[in-house]
Formats: sequence, structure tokens, C-alpha cells
Amino acid sequence: MISRRDFIRISAISAGALAVGTGGYKFIRNMSSGEELNGPVPDLKRTPTYCEVCFWKCAGWVYKTPEGRIWKITGNDEDQHSNGRFCPRGTGGVGMYYDEDRLRTPLIRVEERGKQVFREASWDEALDFIAAKMKDISAKYGPESIALFTHGSGSGNFTTLMKAFGSPNIAEPSYAQCRGPRDEAFLATFGEEVYSPEITDIRDTKCLVLIGSHLGENMHNGQVQEMSDAIEKGAVIITVDPRFSTAAGKSKFWLPIKPATDMALLLAWMHEIIYNDLYDRSYVEKYCSGFEQLKAHVKDFTPEWAYGITTIKPELIKKTAREMANASPSVIVHPGRHVTWYGDDTQRVRAVAILNALLGSWGKRGGFYKPSKFSLAPVKTPAFKEPAKTWNDLFPGKYPIASSPVSNAIIDASVPANNPGYPVRGWIVNGTNLIFTIPNQQNTLEAIRNLDLLVAIDTMPMEITGWADVVLPECTYLERYDILRASPHRKPAIALRMPAAEPSYNTKPNYWIARELSKKLGLAEYFPFEKQEDMLEWQLKQAGSSLEEMQRIGVKTYERESDDLYISDNEEAEFSTDSGKIELYSAYFEQAGFDPLPVYVAHPEPPEGFYRLIYGRAPMHTFSRTSNNSNLTDLMDENSIWVNPVVAKEWGLKNDQYIRLRNQDNVTSDFPVKVRITERIRWDSVYMVHGFGHSQQQMKRSFSRGVSDSQLITNVLTDPLMGGTGMRSNFVTFVTETEVAS
Amino acid sequence: MRYAMAVDTRKCVGCSDCVVACQTENNVPSGFCRDWVVESLDGAYPQLEIEIRSERCNHCSNAACVRCCPTGASHVVDGGIVLVNPDKCIGCGACIASCPYDARYAHPKGYVDKCTFCVHRIKNGLNPACVSVCPTKCLHFGNLDDPGSDVAQVLKKRKYKTLIPEAGTDPNLFFLI
Repeated sequence: MISRRDFIRISAISAGALAVGTGGYKFIRNMSSGEELNGPVPDLKRTPTYCEVCFWKCAGWVYKTPEGRIWKITGNDEDQHSNGRFCPRGTGGVGMYYDEDRLRTPLIRVEERGKQVFREASWDEALDFIAAKMKDISAKYGPESIALFTHGSGSGNFTTLMKAFGSPNIAEPSYAQCRGPRDEAFLATFGEEVYSPEITDIRDTKCLVLIGSHLGENMHNGQVQEMSDAIEKGAVIITVDPRFSTAAGKSKFWLPIKPATDMALLLAWMHEIIYNDLYDRSYVEKYCSGFEQLKAHVKDFTPEWAYGITTIKPELIKKTAREMANASPSVIVHPGRHVTWYGDDTQRVRAVAILNALLGSWGKRGGFYKPSKFSLAPVKTPAFKEPAKTWNDLFPGKYPIASSPVSNAIIDASVPANNPGYPVRGWIVNGTNLIFTIPNQQNTLEAIRNLDLLVAIDTMPMEITGWADVVLPECTYLERYDILRASPHRKPAIALRMPAAEPSYNTKPNYWIARELSKKLGLAEYFPFEKQEDMLEWQLKQAGSSLEEMQRIGVKTYERESDDLYISDNEEAEFSTDSGKIELYSAYFEQAGFDPLPVYVAHPEPPEGFYRLIYGRAPMHTFSRTSNNSNLTDLMDENSIWVNPVVAKEWGLKNDQYIRLRNQDNVTSDFPVKVRITERIRWDSVYMVHGFGHSQQQMKRSFSRGVSDSQLITNVLTDPLMGGTGMRSNFVTFVTETEVAS
Repeated sequence: MRYAMAVDTRKCVGCSDCVVACQTENNVPSGFCRDWVVESLDGAYPQLEIEIRSERCNHCSNAACVRCCPTGASHVVDGGIVLVNPDKCIGCGACIASCPYDARYAHPKGYVDKCTFCVHRIKNGLNPACVSVCPTKCLHFGNLDDPGSDVAQVLKKRKYKTLIPEAGTDPNLFFLI
């Protein structure tokens, strides 16, 4: 019996080494086809897929060589997410399949001679072990004491399993660590969220306002494509960012704002637009409620007031407000996606939503379109049991407006000392590396040490797998069927993912894993189809298609039921808020005990000698999940710390030197990071790309390369409305190796 | 016929998709590339300007690499595309040294490799892989002698520049500014 869980490097394998696979991509060059043919011949067998490298889920084609090896992935021209063009990560998705460091077989934690190691196991053995533990926890504490943390396409099947088991604790870190505040803010204002892909009509916009959103570096494919279209058509781009982002470089106006003061700018824009009669009066009168209260609220928030806070000159605030108004309603103040920054994020994005309402852009061409989604027939299964306890019961009274389970709150509740509403004793973690995903790593590890069961399902030996009792290796998206993609977009559509190759090693698709586990838990009736593809065949038949047709076309797009992409000029539109109006003043927030109108709050500033840690994305990587992909490490194999030349001079830093970082809580980075001296970052901040600095040796290309921002984010400002983890109030300083040693 | 490419620096976000697409399309070995992205920054915070360029072989009309090749491995084919015949290449590296754009690399198999404008694709009426994949549609390709071609059209409408014109190579890779 293992009393205390230690981290195990996956390489510490008991019972003999794993079989060496045949991995490693080697293409047979066609020598016989003439001197001019330096590449392989086109028109090979292709199979449809939708991408799993990020959440955009672009649909495309996987091509194979005549020898049957996976060769390349390209976009499907019929797909609205990609328009036939994949981003670098999707194009490089082949690297996920060929990664020789992949998980290969189920592993079970055992103790040998006082040391914890993983032992190779059969699937049957591993699933038996999990089922026994789950039943045991359920008998002692109830089924709700097992939580699922999940990301990606496998979520659907594991969610079915957990609901059947009787747990309400099904959390996606994409909510409380990312887009949650945005969804709640737009729900409160318009009665509707902005979905994924976002319903931003960038293609036809005349003015795009990006607030800390670095489109082009976050390679949200369709949006980046549309931003390029908008540039072509001469749209005005306004970028608010302390860093000269790629988008800032494409902008007519770059507002190099002092970090953490965006709310002041938003309020000043509202003031300027309202008090200079620049708002869309007829739209506001017709569709909005609470305008007079808003007007009174922003009376004193002048551009001059905001200047003192944001360092953005009043003239620039006024000029950009006019640019937005001139473009109205074809203007987008972008809601962003990763918006968990300072703990008042729902309120900040509320200010974004209100600004869009004043400009009349919601539901208008060049603003936000009304999406349409294909409704797939639900699989017929017995009704799920109503859980005896809800996820809210875990943390009574907290986060009253959260509409999805809050991952960090479930983690907090897994520590008995935090007095949760009921105990959480087991985690199933699918496709999310919680060690890197959730800020305050020590807190997560403390929770893990208190668990009776931790199952990690992944394709790669990410850090979380080292803490698991059982590791289940999933095959990659290129080796499996998955649930159909039916995301909202301009037109309803479905997309198929099918395997381009058999699962490598001893890996399995998520449907198979979920179904086999359901059998062992006596819940097989929730997975009535033997295979994922049998379920797809049935669902596609209900949709007037077939598996055969979808294998041939990959994507099927349907016409909208009516011509309602936008709200027409004289339409009596009704919104899904309590009042049926767009709520500028939120009675809902007020009832929940929060500010009904957004208020500027000053946030902590870096102490002397420290710099605010800002993190973001690089276009060739998705979180930490791509950091070992050889196609993508070829483009970027470590992150760097961006430092303003003034700061570099003060510290005597040189370009390309390696330095450690230490944060305000005295946490020093595990590894050194390369210094990049650049004018593109403010003197009070430093910047790095998220997802590097892996401590897992088995991931050979990414181990020890760069620094993990997650490790340095120990000060978390939690959003009291919905539990989002504000991560941008951490400050770092530079430490040499000699200082680290002493 | 004269094949050319124009790169719209106003639209390019430097995502490097062109690089990955080329690597997978042409089986470029890991650690090497036939195309790459350059960022050049001007000014001081906050008065800054950035230019992002997807670069590759310029398929020069006056190609130094072809002139200096001792075996004839580097040669020009129809449409002005500069190619290397790996069977004739002895890997001496003279072409690598002569190229002002640093567009060639020594393939681990012993010959010199570079961008082919995906000649195997354009023969079949397809665009080069980098052009087909680019999410921002910042790459324009075609026959410069055909006034209706995408590349001829865009060069007629927009201001452009070439890199290192003083080298006298007469490049066929243009940058829209």
C-alpha cells in the first residue's frame, strides 16, 4: 500500500524496459522519378480528420505515402474553421504521432524496495485496478468524491462515464483558467456567450480592438485568417498591450498600456463615447437596459482621469474612441480568450461587453454574428442518476455566478484541511497537464498527496502522469475515431475524425477506454455501441449522412434554417437575459452581491527590482502539449525572457545569456532561461511564452528547455464571481547560477 | 515563363506555418529548413515598427549559385526555377557560400538542398506547399510573364522591394511593403 505519493519519472520502469518501438520518421525518397522531383508525388490516399493540437479543431486531410506511412496534414477547403489552411501546429500534428517519447502501455504505481516505480500492466489489469478503487471511494464517500479534469475531444466520452457513475465534478480547466470570466460576462450582458470558435465577425469588421489579445501569436486559425482579410480590406486595428505584439505591429493604434489598468481605459472609452454622443443611440434605446445608470456611473471616468492610471494620453483615448464609433456597428472590441489575469476579470470583460453594446456591434455585420450549430442526435442511454450533491456543494457560498465546475476549487476541496463541503478522494485527469495548467503548483501537489486515486490519461508522459497511480496511454488523434465535431459557426456543419493509422504501441482510443471501464463499473448500458465508429454511423444516419460519405468528404456543411446571421435593422430582437434586453446594468450581478457596473480597482505593482511576469503564446505551440513535438521544436525548442534594454542594462544582462528567475514568494525557476533583450516589452514587465520548462526527463526534446511560467505563478487572485484564477500579479527578478547555488 | 513569389509583409504574422508545411511536404530533415521567418524591428519603445518576412531561395535570374557550381548540379529549369540535382552534387558548398540570401543548406545525405518552389506541385497545377498553407494568405505565387497571374497582379498594385538588390542577382522573391 502506498501511503504517500511521490513523483515518478516515467523512465523509472519496473519489470524490464519497454520494447523499443519503430518510431522515428523516415521517408523513402523517390529516387527514380527524375531530377526535378525533390518531393513525393501528390494524390495519395487521404483520410479526414479534425485537429486535436488545439481547441480550434480545424478539419483537414491526412495524407499517406505509398508505403502507408503518415506523411502530411492539410486543411479541408470546405471547413469553416480552417478554410483549407492549417496553422503550423496543425500542419506539424504529424510530430505528435511520430513522437518516440509517447506513452506506450498502461502503467501502475508500485513500491519496490522502498522506492515507488511504475510497472507495465495490461489494459485489463489497469482498468480493474481503477474500477476497484472507484467503487471503493464511492462506497466510502459517494460517487461525487471522484472528479474528472478534462480537455479535448475525449471529454465527451469520459463525461458520459462520470455522469453514469454519478459525479457532478466534471471540470475543464479551459473554464476557470482561461475563458470562464468572458463567458460569464457576455452571458450576463447579452444572455449568450461568444462560443468557440468565437462569433467575432472579423472578416467584415472595420475596426478591431484587441485588449491583451495577441492574435497571430495565439494562432486561433479562423480568427487569424479573418484578421488578415480585415487588414487587406483596410480595417483599423487598435491594440492595447504593454508588449509590442505581432498584432500591435499590424495596428494603426498601439496603446502601450501600463499593465493591470485596462479597466480604467475601458471606462474612459465608455465615458468618451457616451458624453460625446458617439454611441449607437437607436440600438441602445431599442435593445439595452440600464443606460442612464451607466451614464451616471462613468461620468467622472474621463480620458484625463484614465491617463493618470494607464499612461495612455487622453488624445489617444479620444481618437481611438472615435475610430470605434466611426466603424460602428462594424466594430469588435474583442472579448479575448485567456482572460484570467487580475481576479476582477469577469468585471473587466463585462466592460468589454458593455462597450460593444454601446457601439451596437452585437448581432451586426462586422461585429458579432449569430451562430448556428448542427444538432446531433443524442445516443439513447438510460437517464443519468441525479447526483446527491452538486459541484457547488463542494465550496458552499463561493463563486455564485460560475456556470461550470471550477477546476481550482475542486483541487482546493481535495485538501481535507480546507474543509470542503464533502471529500474529494479521486481524480481522473484526461488530456490536461494539471501541473502546468493550474497555478500554484504546491497547492495542486498537496491535493494530489491526499488522493486515494489519480488516473492520468494522455498521449505523452506529461508531469501529471508522474503523480498518477495509473497511467493510461491514449492513441493520438491520428489513430482514432472520435465524437463528431459540431461547433457553432456561420453555417451549421459536422466534421469527422477517423484514424489514418492503427494505434501505435499498446495505446487505445478514448471511447474504448471509457467503455471498457464502464463495463467494469457495471455501467455498460451508457455505451451501447461497441465502437466509436458504430455510434458515428448511427448518428450520421440521423443527420442524413453516413460514415462512408463523411469518410469521403470529411466536412458536411448545412444551410441555416433562416437568413438570420445578423439582427436586421427593424427587428424586435429579444435576448436571453432576465429582462430580455442587453443588460448594461446587471441586476443579476447586483443580486449576487457584486458590482452591477464595472469598477476600476488598482492592482498590486511590482516591488523594487521585480518585474511583472506576463506570459502568452507562440504561434507554433499549444500550451505545454506541443513542446516535445519534433516538427514544432524545430521552430521553437525553448522560450526566452523578453527584457527591455533599459532593464537589461541595469542588470548587466546580455542577449542569449541564460538566467534564472525568482518570484515574489522566493520560488526560483527549475531551469535557466535565455534572455531576449527587446524594445518590444515595457520596462516594468517581462514576457515569456507559456508551456516550456518541463521537468519530465522522458520528454527528451522539452526537458529542461526554458522556464515554466506556471512554476512562478504562486500568487493567484481568484475571481469572486466565478472562481477564475488571475495569474498576472506575479513579479520576478533575475538570479545568476552563483546566487542560486548559494 | 518566369515563376515568382511575393510576400505580403503587412499580413504575415510570422507563424512559420510555411516552414512546417515545407518540411512535411518535402521531407526536409529535422533541424533544417528550406524557408524561414525573419523579423526586423525598428525604433525604441513605444515608437516601434516591425516587418515580418517569410524568406526562401530567391530563384534569381542571375543566380550566383548556378554560376559557381563546379558539377552543374545547380541548374535552372523552365520558369527560372533554380534546382539542385542531388546525384550530381558533390557537397562542396560553393553555392552555399555564394548565396547572398543564405538559402541553401548541406543535407545530411551529402548534397545541398534548397527551396524548389515545389516544382512537383506546380507541375500539377498546385501552388507551392507554403503558399497553399499560409493562414494569412500573405504568399502570392505565379508566372510573372502572365499579367493575369496572382503574383503579377499584386506586384502591379502594391509597393514592393527585393532583398540585397546590390548583389545584382535579379531575384524573383518580392516583398510587399
